[in-house]
Amino acid sequence: MKRLFKTYLEKPELAGLILLVLLVVIFEIRSNGVFLNQDNLRGILGILPETGLVAIGVTILMISGEFDLSVGSVFALMPMCMAVLMVEGVPFPLALLAGLIVCAVIGFINGYVTIWFEIPSFITTLGMLFIARSLTIVVSGGFPPLLPADLPNWLFTSFVGPGNMFRMSFLWFAGIALLTSLMLSRTNFGNWIKATGGFHPAAASMGIPTARVKLACFVVCSMLSGFAGMLQVLRLGSPLPSIGEGLELQAVASAVIGGASLAGGIGTVAGGIIGTILIRIIDNGLVLSNVDANWFKFAIGFLTIFAVVANAWMRKRAKAIKMEG
Amino acid sequence: MEDAIISVRNLHKWYSGVHALKGVSLDLKRGEALGLVGDNGAGKSTLINILSGVHTADEGEILVEGRPVRIARPRDAMNLGIETIYQYNSMVPTMSIARNLFIGREPTLFSVFGVGILDQKKMGSESIKAIANVDLHLRSPDALVGELSGGQRQGVAIARAMHFKSKVMILDEPTNHLSVKETSKVIGFVRGLKAQGVTGVFISHNMHHVFDCCDRVVAMARGEVVLDKRIEETSIDEVHNVL
Repeated sequence: MKRLFKTYLEKPELAGLILLVLLVVIFEIRSNGVFLNQDNLRGILGILPETGLVAIGVTILMISGEFDLSVGSVFALMPMCMAVLMVEGVPFPLALLAGLIVCAVIGFINGYVTIWFEIPSFITTLGMLFIARSLTIVVSGGFPPLLPADLPNWLFTSFVGPGNMFRMSFLWFAGIALLTSLMLSRTNFGNWIKATGGFHPAAASMGIPTARVKLACFVVCSMLSGFAGMLQVLRLGSPLPSIGEGLELQAVASAVIGGASLAGGIGTVAGGIIGTILIRIIDNGLVLSNVDANWFKFAIGFLTIFAVVANAWMRKRAKAIKMEG
Repeated sequence: MEDAIISVRNLHKWYSGVHALKGVSLDLKRGEALGLVGDNGAGKSTLINILSGVHTADEGEILVEGRPVRIARPRDAMNLGIETIYQYNSMVPTMSIARNLFIGREPTLFSVFGVGILDQKKMGSESIKAIANVDLHLRSPDALVGELSGGQRQGVAIARAMHFKSKVMILDEPTNHLSVKETSKVIGFVRGLKAQGVTGVFISHNMHHVFDCCDRVVAMARGEVVLDKRIEETSIDEVHNVL
């Protein structure tokens, strides 16, 4: 039992990974080999970076012990701000910078209000979910602005790689995933994030600036969400004010399915990504297996509950182990 | 006093109207083990929280090795060589021993603005050394703190304080919720401090533990020091009577 607990703490994403392999095999058989063919994989990999980046941000924030429900709204607001600016003649790089600043400010407000007033981030960011969504529509004036024609699609959405397997967005995703993963596991800042979420009083008494650590996680989470939203808008070619609705819950589901603990302290970037891939694959695989697509949300819901139950059970076991000594 | 490592002078603290410390003055001599006793709400935790930087005093002065200092944050206390070990909250159970030993003071290979890549090799080897120095026998520095017993955790906390060359170690009720065997282990650690030249402040509800490992006992009641004697000049009964 100790073994199992330890494995879970060190590799919380392991269960998700096993499930992922299982599902790939099942879907491949059920779809008569369509699932893993090049066209289908290309489709999955094209969308993955958008939800994946949001899941990375949410996972990191969850490890630090906080929560963000506003990511779906920020996902829409950031590209909308960029589009409005570009219509006014602002060049793309400046608009991108401005959009990221908007995200950083939202993340900062989320964090500041949560920490300063000592309220659950669940509530702060639920409020921000509505505020940012409303701002998106107000900024757009009700009509989605037309994107200029000369966008740097080559940098974000063009297909690249052998057999044009990936979009550029996938490279951004892979790079950011690698960087954040290293940040979490190999840097002192990652250590602080885990300590802050793992046991806040210990982190604080050892002199870790826990408020600043959490603030930074809030800002990173918002910026990743906004960036992901921009990727989707560039892929779709139009800044719809409704994109990203429900994404916040999918991102939380990804993190949890990937083994992150709702209580903080436990989780990995890889886990969040595995959770995202699982959700994408279930979405796609159900259709290819001729299952009614309306079962999709059922499957995600079931997986999430299952993951949290397993999580809680592990924590109980962990407590029992501590008592033994 | 010449050989006082920490002196506090006329310390006052109010918590929203409650006068928790009423002008406490105390000299902590270099190398001694001081037992701090008192009922709940007597002010001992307040005093300790001020020394460890969790709270700041409203009035009064703190001198470390004769120099007046300001302790505004836990970090300030650590930098002055004052390390505090709490009943529960000095370890993160979901992290390894090595990572816990270096929380907030991680060795890095290089860093920019204080953020850098962990020197995991150094963390591993130094934590093996640190743990061995306090006579703690653990399989590996990669074991999770959540897997350790309460006494072993306190041992790791003490090893951490030793490793960072603390001059004063404050142990805030370190034996609460420990078994008899584990408790005697922790008391052994406290006795060992003297040999390493570390000054100790041992806070406990249990008078026997204090008389077991301390040189001097200070009793607090209602925010004031009511007794301050060497162990051999007093008795458990006398201390009980003033509380």
